[in-house]
Amino acid sequence: MANFLTRTRARSGSRLHWTDWVSYAYLIAGLLVMFGPVLWLVMSSFKTESALAKFPPTFLPYSQKEVVVAGYDKPLPLFRAKDEQGLIRELAQVRRIGLVATMVDPAAPSSELRVNINDRTPVNELKFAGANYTELFGKFAFGHYLWNSVFITVVATILTLLFNSMAAFALSKYQFRGQKTVFLLIIGTLMIPPTIILVPAFLVISELNLLNNLWGVILPAVATPTGVFLLRQYMLTIPDELLEAARMDNASEWRIYWKIILPLAAPAMAVLAIFSFMWRWNDFLWPLIVLSKSENFTLQLALNAFQGELNTQWNYLLAMTVITLIPITLVFAFLQKYIATGIASAGVK
Amino acid sequence: MAFFSGLLGFIFNLFEPLFRLGQKWLGHSRIGWMFVGPNLLVIGIFTFLPIAINLIYAVTGGVNLLPTQRPFTGVENFSILLECRDYMDLQSCRTDIFWRSIFNTAKFSLIQVILMMFFSLVTALVLNRNIIGRGFWRGVFFYPVLLSPVVVALIWKWLLQSQGVFNAGFVAMGAAPVDWLLDRHWAFFWVVVVSIWAHMGFYMLILLAGLQAIPKDVYEAAEMDATPPWRLLTRVTLPLLMPNLIVVLVLVMIRAVQTFDEVFVLTGGGPGSATTFIVQYIYQTGFAEQIHLYGLAAAASLILAVGLMVLTLAQLRLSKASDAGKVKK
Repeated sequence: MANFLTRTRARSGSRLHWTDWVSYAYLIAGLLVMFGPVLWLVMSSFKTESALAKFPPTFLPYSQKEVVVAGYDKPLPLFRAKDEQGLIRELAQVRRIGLVATMVDPAAPSSELRVNINDRTPVNELKFAGANYTELFGKFAFGHYLWNSVFITVVATILTLLFNSMAAFALSKYQFRGQKTVFLLIIGTLMIPPTIILVPAFLVISELNLLNNLWGVILPAVATPTGVFLLRQYMLTIPDELLEAARMDNASEWRIYWKIILPLAAPAMAVLAIFSFMWRWNDFLWPLIVLSKSENFTLQLALNAFQGELNTQWNYLLAMTVITLIPITLVFAFLQKYIATGIASAGVK
Repeated sequence: MAFFSGLLGFIFNLFEPLFRLGQKWLGHSRIGWMFVGPNLLVIGIFTFLPIAINLIYAVTGGVNLLPTQRPFTGVENFSILLECRDYMDLQSCRTDIFWRSIFNTAKFSLIQVILMMFFSLVTALVLNRNIIGRGFWRGVFFYPVLLSPVVVALIWKWLLQSQGVFNAGFVAMGAAPVDWLLDRHWAFFWVVVVSIWAHMGFYMLILLAGLQAIPKDVYEAAEMDATPPWRLLTRVTLPLLMPNLIVVLVLVMIRAVQTFDEVFVLTGGGPGSATTFIVQYIYQTGFAEQIHLYGLAAAASLILAVGLMVLTLAQLRLSKASDAGKVKK
């Protein structure tokens, strides 16, 4: 059995070398370090407010069991406590004054007992507090933030695909004067970090009356040099004969673009779509500047604003964080291979 | 689905007459402009125009957003940022927070580059071995790259809070709990850790792609000569990986200099100014403080631009040098 487990794929029969053991140890440590924090966050988001305040924290969302006792309006917290005879019983706490807790037996609620609070320990149960999530929609304009994020991401991605593929088509399939210059200009913007033009870009947006407007976030983002580069490289591999044949049939250039080039460039378009989705969903600095009214906030902005204001309400903050990371996680889970190859081949971000 | 593609088809058809008209007017030789036009327009308005305006901002003062209503002040903004009575003592500078942010950024970039290169290289080397479930492990290390900076910061803020899991570990070992993000040294330490955690996978992937592009026969030849593993690494793998290493080095550098969002959400630049970096300084000067000093922010961003340009040029030099080295071999 051990022999089977430690056999490597390459040289079947040979055992694991010590370097293999080190490699696997490194990988497992990596698994803990990379996934652990996210997992901890997700588990914590299911904890009740009182469980969140507990120290030391537990990994699983335990919270104190509550029982409904006849004669009391609210459910009472359950404790394991020593009664007067020194027997351990499960008792519900009615009230607590100083060091003395008044407790009742849920089975016989008529007689109250007095117990020293040091003689009782809470009874915990595993309970996932879904309320953290459901209450988000009622308590805050959460649906609004979600909608803003989705709107920006979807519209910006569609426009990015359209504008970038048109530009890439022009730069790969036509020869016109100034073509090289245009290509260099577009690729050159890769070198210009958006942070450097923050102030004047803000001016442009405010002059266009796009402050506090979702379009102010969308429009500047739709002409990405990365996208043009990626698509152009791909379109160069599409044979020109196809275009010539279509022109023979008197197809217009626009028809050629969207009936021939776009379908053929679908794989590259898919990679760019994933990228664009990631970029826009995760955007922070630019929306932070353009959108200052809270009803226009994206999820990222809302999260940032909440962590300042709602320092004590970690339960909502955690639930909101988890919701924000779900779409990206789904994209990742299903398209991991394409993301990886896309980045590795283009070396882009 | 059919409805959606029908709608898409309808929208696309709307453009058809427009482009036919354009084709008639411009002729086939210039129709390319119609396709590249929208993209160019957006880049022109939101990138090139701002670059030009930025230069105006940098040499004008006041608090007015409109460039035409700002008084010309020449190099005043730059001297406000850069002047110090004694350059050995940051406190004597006119804007000591600017110098602090530069100093912090430089320190952060340096430390981060070394650690990031190390960890992404080690991870790439491990993942390039013949291990079971390579795709899964690659995904594990890559996943945080996709998370938004805000989410990354909040995850770590949650772990590092005074009642968080790190303090639980500390207390379990009998030590006193630490306010990780309220101590200037610890805060800086965690900013570096979080940044590496969040971005290492990206650089690991570039290096992994580089490693997998190295031809197998090189290793077969080395195996024939019974080259010891360490020698194989330092004499074969690393030299062949040099172009990718340089790309990663420069990308890490450029990104480190521009670090903003994670740190802003995690520490807010604090405690004090211990984790205030240059982009945060620009953001605060231009947007967050009561009086928006656009001129100062623009001047600071021009200084940042010069810094980045130097880095990019250094990259070109480096990659040329490494290419030349390869040709010689």
